[in-house]
Amino acid sequence: MAHSYTPGLTVTEHTTVRRRRMLSLPGSVLVTTGEVVRANQAVARAELPGKVYPLNLANQLGVAPDEIHEYLIKKAGDPVRKDEVLAENKPLIKWLKTEVRSPITGVVESASTVTGQVLLREPPRVLELLGYVDGRIVEVIPQQGVVVETDCSLVQGIFGIGGETGGEIVIAVTSPDEALTPAHLTADMKAKVVVGGSFISSDALARAKEIGVACVVIGGIHDKDLRALLGYDLGVAITGTEQVGFTLILTEGFGSIPMAGKTFALLSAHAGQQASISGATQIRAGVIRPEIIIPKQADALGDHGIAAMPQREGIRIGDQVRIIRDPLFGKIGEVSSLPADLQKIPTESEVRVMEVRFADGSKAVIPRTNIELIEGS
Amino acid sequence: MSVPSPAPTKPVTTHPLNVIVATDCGSTTTKAILIEKVGDEYRQTYRGEAPTTVEAPFEDVTRGVLNAIAEIEELSGRKILDGDKIISPCRDEKTGVDIYISTSSAGGGLQMMVTGVVQNMTGESAQRAALGAGAIVIDVLASNDGRLPHEKIERIRTMRPDMILMSGGTDGGAVTHVVEMAEYISAAEPRPRFGATYKLPLIYAGNKDAQPQVRKILGEKAALVLTDNIRPVLERENLAPARNKIHDLFLEHVMQQAPGYKKLIEMAGAPIMPTPAAVGVIMETIAKREHLNLIGVDIGGATTDVFSVFEGLFNRTVSANLGMSYSISNVLAEAGLANIMRWVPFTIDEQTLRNRIKNKMVRPTTIPQTLDELQIEHAIAREALRLALIHHKSLATTLKGIQQERTISDVFEQQQSGKTLIDMLKLDLIVGSGGILSHAPRRVQSMLMMVDAYEPLGVTKLSVDSIFMMPHLGVLSTIDEKAATDVFVRDCMVYLGTCVAPIGQGKNGERCADYVITFPDGRVDKGQLAFGDVRLIPLASDQKASIAIQPVKQVNLGAGAGVSITRDVHGGVVGLMLDGRGRPLQLPTDHAARVAALTKWYQAVDLYPKSDV
Repeated sequence: MAHSYTPGLTVTEHTTVRRRRMLSLPGSVLVTTGEVVRANQAVARAELPGKVYPLNLANQLGVAPDEIHEYLIKKAGDPVRKDEVLAENKPLIKWLKTEVRSPITGVVESASTVTGQVLLREPPRVLELLGYVDGRIVEVIPQQGVVVETDCSLVQGIFGIGGETGGEIVIAVTSPDEALTPAHLTADMKAKVVVGGSFISSDALARAKEIGVACVVIGGIHDKDLRALLGYDLGVAITGTEQVGFTLILTEGFGSIPMAGKTFALLSAHAGQQASISGATQIRAGVIRPEIIIPKQADALGDHGIAAMPQREGIRIGDQVRIIRDPLFGKIGEVSSLPADLQKIPTESEVRVMEVRFADGSKAVIPRTNIELIEGS
Repeated sequence: MSVPSPAPTKPVTTHPLNVIVATDCGSTTTKAILIEKVGDEYRQTYRGEAPTTVEAPFEDVTRGVLNAIAEIEELSGRKILDGDKIISPCRDEKTGVDIYISTSSAGGGLQMMVTGVVQNMTGESAQRAALGAGAIVIDVLASNDGRLPHEKIERIRTMRPDMILMSGGTDGGAVTHVVEMAEYISAAEPRPRFGATYKLPLIYAGNKDAQPQVRKILGEKAALVLTDNIRPVLERENLAPARNKIHDLFLEHVMQQAPGYKKLIEMAGAPIMPTPAAVGVIMETIAKREHLNLIGVDIGGATTDVFSVFEGLFNRTVSANLGMSYSISNVLAEAGLANIMRWVPFTIDEQTLRNRIKNKMVRPTTIPQTLDELQIEHAIAREALRLALIHHKSLATTLKGIQQERTISDVFEQQQSGKTLIDMLKLDLIVGSGGILSHAPRRVQSMLMMVDAYEPLGVTKLSVDSIFMMPHLGVLSTIDEKAATDVFVRDCMVYLGTCVAPIGQGKNGERCADYVITFPDGRVDKGQLAFGDVRLIPLASDQKASIAIQPVKQVNLGAGAGVSITRDVHGGVVGLMLDGRGRPLQLPTDHAARVAALTKWYQAVDLYPKSDV
């Protein structure tokens, strides 16, 4: 019965990640396969069609919709400047003449004889898609995007808000169980990836925003502070588009929870290096977890063997696990026994359990679904 | 109406089906059951479950399926798997299965935008069609929605729906407004959530006379599907064709997002059925077979599906963001903390509760380990069930079949969302399914959760899916009716008992009703039910008793205030519950009084282990 366990989050010093970078609408790819790219380099570009302005010409001219073509000076596809005459009527008496002028500079998109409407469109806006991570292009998907591969250290968080960003890693606390307070946050942390310990309070969040940090990586946060930060109660964990001034990544969960020692140690070892960050989280099908990618230094981008992540077959005695449910939420221990039979827990449910031994030698029986493997070891 | 189900895409096996393995790939857990022919009848013999493996490192739904089946292998001693393959058909008595079948609700929600001409007519019809098909409606655009044209276009541009449903106009009526909306959509060039080159599916279900213009305007820009008008004439709704199209596109689009889904299709010997459709088949079958009005619920991790059959009319709604794991935080957001806390029989600070709920959201496969955690989940479940029923009641008017007849006078009433078909006094049976109801450590917990959430009126039977196998049996019934019926009757449906709930209010301790229960063995139990009391009277599953109740003058049991009734009541594993708490159910507002009331009720029915209540 080794099958009921929750896969954990990856925290690893050395792995290879591939990130698919796709335009939201077809455009052009600016790089080629094999090219080395930087995180802030544009890899593809698309033109977002401009805003549309509808004008009801039939109403404005006082004519039937199917007659509007007789009055149009500009036809569909014609460019038009702001205040240029689009259409006019031809009265017998000149001072009864009505002119309809364009409210924008753009093109005439269409003119409908059913509704009497003319649609005007502003010039397109250029959208550039960045590489996101320092790495190498391994695949080009024509008109759509690329796949970037990088040899890196990787830390996955449990939950995040905010989109992609990047910056230099700075460790603001001295230990993983220290809370991040406003006093830890200094002006020189602007545009940096600030790593805290167990918890960030609402005043520290406000301070992080004031300074303009790129990202806060922290063990936990109170839900009420998240709600205050977002301005609403998050119902479903699908995030990535929030704009709260910085990207926030929780490594452990909600509440005050020391950051896993391994995570803190890994991030500390890379202090001063550039990291690519995404707060996007989607805990549904096709799960997405927030991530901190620390590419190997540029001189290490050459070709060398990459250790493939082993595929876990299940949980084994001796594995490091994190308990992910009260009453021992956040504690880390080692699997000491995997009894096969169902056991009754205090709720009276009969479930599969495991015995976990903690560093102090104490043991606890935990439902197998309430632990997560510490991956990437 | 029949429950829409995907058309078979490959022939079902022709050899006899003696051993069947079935899975339901839920958003949180993949549940597998083994069904074997024992003598002349089919029985469910073993079950296994494993977390649904849409998460890294697997990102393949079939891993969870294989893990769940591997558990069955270990428990049953039958060899079913050969590596990543299911051995089928059976090779000998202990090797293989004759067919593997599955349902799936993995894949997340379907996000739709709908458009109409008049907001509270075609706009509302389109909304109900989409909601009834299981979608989350992210916006309803209508010609008269108060937004300026450029605001509408901007809104369409910024949304990234999975699908758009356009309605508007009656057949033969004016085309102008619906064409105008098509022009706005075309100008906005809407893009789907997934895939840059993927054309956004767009269903047009408006005035048929506008079809050529809509095709001309949108044919190139969207994956346009034309179907019958959802409002062909003002006083008639025809939601089924649009809903079926949504359903088809949902299967093709959203379910395909679940990693490994294509492999799952290959593994299965029959088409994969969406979980709600499979459960719907079962619910409808129960109602038809026993000629009764029922409400069924399947409360899952991401969604809560509510089914009802009243006077033979089947309805189904999917509350896409009400669930016990992925969507648990949304239950808190929608219900509000106070509504959840009112069911918790102890004091817990808001911060701790909020953090615990969010932690469940980010780690959805965890289960309560302590009694207080279980009680909190049960409190949340009550609210999820309650909200999903409110949702269902508001939509049941539109989902009662292929067509819905309304008179002109009703049309004007529907601004209040129409008159619901759900009549709690006419309700005969509540059927509960889904993890929190099927796996509650004590069956009475499931019964009270449903009674508290639904507040049944008068006399109502309750039952629960024993170990959550209705989806499996729903899909099985499409290939082997006898096997499904055998297992359903013998192993699936667990009758909890009957709830008798007088309607009215009174002071705690005052007389609510006098009752006389005559048991099958001739024994008679006379008593008085007081306001604020809940009484549980043992009555076994195979027993039927007669109850005569004389309510006090302001209390109604369905026959009128103060009018006595005599009914046969069915027993169950819980028994006969006399609920004197009054209807509507009102909990004390004072914290200490509420905790005391909950503790009294919970102890009266022996809801939780005593030492901890």
